[in-house]
Amino acid sequence: MIKLVSTYNIFKLYKGVDMSKKMNKKITRRSMLKSTTALAGAALGSGLITGFPAIHASGTPTIRYLGTAVNMGSEPEKKLFEDTGIKVKYISKTTDEVVKTILTQPNSFDIVDSEYFSMPKLVPSGSLLGMDTNRIKEWSNVVTAFTEGKVNGKTIGDQGTAPKKVLYLKGPNSTEFSKEPTRYATLIPTVYNADTLGIRPDLIKRPINTWAELLNPEFKGKACILNIPSIGIMDAAMVVEAMGEYTYPDKGNMTKAEIDLTMKIFTEAKKAGQFRAFWSDFNESVNLMASGEVVIQSMWSPAITAVRSQGIPCIYQPLKEGYRAWAAGFALPSTAKGRQADICYEYINWFLSGWMGAYLNRQGYYSAVLSTAEKNMKAYEWDYWMNGKPAAQDILSPTGKKLASKGEIRDGGSYNDRMGAVACWNATMDENKYMVRKWNEMIAS
Amino acid sequence: MKINKYFLLAFPFYLIFIFFFIIPLILTIIVSFWDYTEYSIIPDFIFDNYKYIFNKCFEFSNDLCVTFKTYLSTFYFCFMAWFFTLIIGFTVAYFLVFHVRSVGMQIVLFLICTIPFWTSNVIRMISWIPLLGRNGLFNSFLISTGVIDEPQEWFLYSHFSVILAFVHLYTLFMIVPIFNSLIRIDKSLIEAAYDSGANGFQILTNIIIPLCKPGIIIGSIFVITVVMGDFLTIGIMGGQQIASIGKIIQVEMSYLQLPSAAANAVILLMITLLLIWTMTKFIDIRKEL
Repeated sequence: MIKLVSTYNIFKLYKGVDMSKKMNKKITRRSMLKSTTALAGAALGSGLITGFPAIHASGTPTIRYLGTAVNMGSEPEKKLFEDTGIKVKYISKTTDEVVKTILTQPNSFDIVDSEYFSMPKLVPSGSLLGMDTNRIKEWSNVVTAFTEGKVNGKTIGDQGTAPKKVLYLKGPNSTEFSKEPTRYATLIPTVYNADTLGIRPDLIKRPINTWAELLNPEFKGKACILNIPSIGIMDAAMVVEAMGEYTYPDKGNMTKAEIDLTMKIFTEAKKAGQFRAFWSDFNESVNLMASGEVVIQSMWSPAITAVRSQGIPCIYQPLKEGYRAWAAGFALPSTAKGRQADICYEYINWFLSGWMGAYLNRQGYYSAVLSTAEKNMKAYEWDYWMNGKPAAQDILSPTGKKLASKGEIRDGGSYNDRMGAVACWNATMDENKYMVRKWNEMIAS
Repeated sequence: MKINKYFLLAFPFYLIFIFFFIIPLILTIIVSFWDYTEYSIIPDFIFDNYKYIFNKCFEFSNDLCVTFKTYLSTFYFCFMAWFFTLIIGFTVAYFLVFHVRSVGMQIVLFLICTIPFWTSNVIRMISWIPLLGRNGLFNSFLISTGVIDEPQEWFLYSHFSVILAFVHLYTLFMIVPIFNSLIRIDKSLIEAAYDSGANGFQILTNIIIPLCKPGIIIGSIFVITVVMGDFLTIGIMGGQQIASIGKIIQVEMSYLQLPSAAANAVILLMITLLLIWTMTKFIDIRKEL
């Protein structure tokens, strides 16, 4: 009930858009007149001409950070405060809830960490501010996987909502994507990864090399997929293609008939008892795998790490059809302005400056700016996580837990091998509404 | 004058009801006729949300439609949860009232019944998982004693585990009102029946059960309304594989399909009200209280 009432904010929001439009016009005019840098221009526009960095003007700068728990930890919080004096308050929600919060409670956060596949939903609503890439120090070093859809010079799969399709906006308050690079980005990239199936090698006891194994009757009652429709449908599509049932022109944007076909195959498997459970929370996937209820399932990288740190063998299995990738980044609400916006930009710059990149890389994710992350990692760590070389010594997680012993190789190998084999990205389809309904029907069947 | 005074006394209660029940309910009903997109809800007056819910429901050609199937499974859980909580709840309350002599002991035992409520219901639910799992305690125990040869899969993520969790979670909701009804039964009635030659079973069916009907009905209303709207227990204990109306509403809400969720909520509310209305036909609760 309360949530219903709060959706009225959706309409209030449009006022906010108008306001910031006016504000930004002012910025561009002034910055053109004075031909100053964009940063100074924004500071002028927001009325903070102090001669000091705007951030240290008054009080302890604090930002409310909305996102999934991926980048949230007490260590980054401490390190951030040491380096910049910024305090961060985490608001941790699930992927779907983050989107909902942006749309319904745009004043409840200062910065949001969202996924690129949410952009087709969020950008038309005008609830996010176009991010000024001129204010991002490391912008020119953001990996080409985001900007060009290439890894190591090779074009990777772009089915679904690939970041390059939704990275640029036509203007600071535009509600349309730009195909050509512009100064304004939807999200400033932070973290991304290539996802695949997780398996228990000790219980399966044979090599697994295709997505089709998820529906192999051999694993009846021991398989699992995730119950987040927009991500689960992509895993389902990978399986359907691997089984040779159908080849999608674009599995990230299915037609109604294609959705029906995909859901029919999974509904039949569900009725036949293929799945032990569906998971919707990261921790559920860890428990299912660690307890042996499930031996093969869609999984996220840190979940594998969590299972392994309990001493249970678990592999993030590379598959011949490739990976399903995802990517996230920072955005500000369209109402952001002045000092608070400056603090957020400083935070983003800190995020990309290396320490955090190393922190993410050590968990098995990839940082959007690898050049700075490399400087913050030891050579043997870099070799293990990024170059696919055997560990020269034990590999520890950021919290000091052992993740791999000397001599082990990362599942899937090097960055170029893993990200280079991306087949599709998490997606928001044109038929999203229909897809969610069909997904519900599968659960009900 | 008198009426006004009573009205003033009841006024705060009216206010609470109007603000936290009537207004949200009216909003829900209004929104259920609205249209929506990915990121906004659009004031309108359309029946699409309801049409979709009953899509293909009245064709009866092959399978039942999703909505009917889901309600059927929800009714099944309702009945099973109600049945077992009633049997267990009544037995426990009966023991507390008629077999425990001292009032002090009754209070102590009654409080013991509430101990599980000191922890969150999610924790009470999840704590079953290590017991019921494939390599869980029950399976290892049954295998080691030779009762079964292979781990039983139906212990967990099944209808069984969902009903088990419901019974565990909600039996107290039965115990309390039934206890309350039983304790007010005049003991001399039972003595009189005994003196007139009634046996234990006759006393139970002719005196105790009729007199504690209000308690049974109130307990039943608690259990049935909670189970009808549940999505957490069915989700966790059913491995997210068993549908419930609550779960459908939750998924729709998380995808901002609020009008659709509102329409589902309105229908769920109507069906639940219908169930309660039927139950109150058996007994006039106001009169009995």
